[in-house]
Amino acid sequence: MNNTNESEIRAKIRAFILAAIHLPDLADDDNLFESGIVNSLFAVELMTFLEKSFAVEVGPDDLEIANFQSIEAAADFVVRKTAQPSAV
Amino acid sequence: MKFSTIGVVGAGNIGTGVVTDLVLHGLNAVVVDISDAALRKAEDEVLKSVRFAPMFSKTLPRVSREEAARRMTFSRELKDLAGCDMIIENIPEKWEIKRPIYEQLDALMPPGVCFGANTSCLSITRIAAATSRPSEVIGLHMMNPVHLKPTVEVIRGFHTSDKTVELLQALFDQLHKHAIIVNDLPGFVSNRISHVFMNEAAFVLQDQVGTAETIDQIFKQCFGHKMGPLETADLIGLDTVANSLDVLYDSFHDPKYRCCPLLRKLVDAGHLGRKSGRGFHIYPQA
Repeated sequence: MNNTNESEIRAKIRAFILAAIHLPDLADDDNLFESGIVNSLFAVELMTFLEKSFAVEVGPDDLEIANFQSIEAAADFVVRKTAQPSAV
Repeated sequence: MKFSTIGVVGAGNIGTGVVTDLVLHGLNAVVVDISDAALRKAEDEVLKSVRFAPMFSKTLPRVSREEAARRMTFSRELKDLAGCDMIIENIPEKWEIKRPIYEQLDALMPPGVCFGANTSCLSITRIAAATSRPSEVIGLHMMNPVHLKPTVEVIRGFHTSDKTVELLQALFDQLHKHAIIVNDLPGFVSNRISHVFMNEAAFVLQDQVGTAETIDQIFKQCFGHKMGPLETADLIGLDTVANSLDVLYDSFHDPKYRCCPLLRKLVDAGHLGRKSGRGFHIYPQA
């Protein structure tokens, strides 16, 4: 995980989201939830994807929509979690 | 009455949602399904939903994984429901499946234990007639995701007693839910209207008036709906939607309930919606 840079993380997250929403493209800072692009059910899928793909754990204190509201936010979350020595 | 343990029959989409809601509100659930795979999937889904619930509702109690697991019992045997305070049934919308289950439940459970039929279309009066306790059978139509939906369509069958309505209300008080009570005819209020809506969306797609994406976008972006009709059908499960349309068609003999051939074809192809990864839309699996 430590070798995965942020742009690769963003690309992977973008691919996962685009496969779900059937839109041609999405800006890194587009708010997925406010714009109605996805609903709360997708948030669970996104969190599960992040855990499996990047070996991070979404803990009780991480359960804030702000952490997952855009490609940028989700990538920042992964970078933050992988920087923590205690991350799974 | 304070409810402690609820029997949940059927561990599909909506049954799993019911168990999640019960567990989050401190109740125990005995979950019965004929399929071990369905039971295992239900347990995984409940634990996942309980874990992520605080993100979507700040008012829902926080329940640890261990506590949630402790509150659930899974079984393939109806006899393990003995001791439950109430039964909530969530099996497929097919009379030939429901009827024998109600007959067995009726023989198994003592008088006074109410049966809540979590059906979306079948007549509650007809279900109640399969038991010796028609006054203790009531319809409840919970919506997905159950633990995030505060209101439930509740259906009084022909013989449903006031006491049964009060008991269900007592359970809903524990779940912090509100009931809207309606009378009984197949499809009640919600599905009699919504299924015509989803079915017509499938016809519009079949006629190539728009893609699945554009049809749903019209409803989300123009009407402000949270989900489009095809996404909603995918969430419910296309097999369930087709079954419900068949029930409505058989009940009213009105052609407006005929199932769209494209919808039927997707079901035959195994594209059942979100739960199978593909329906009108494709859902990437994490």
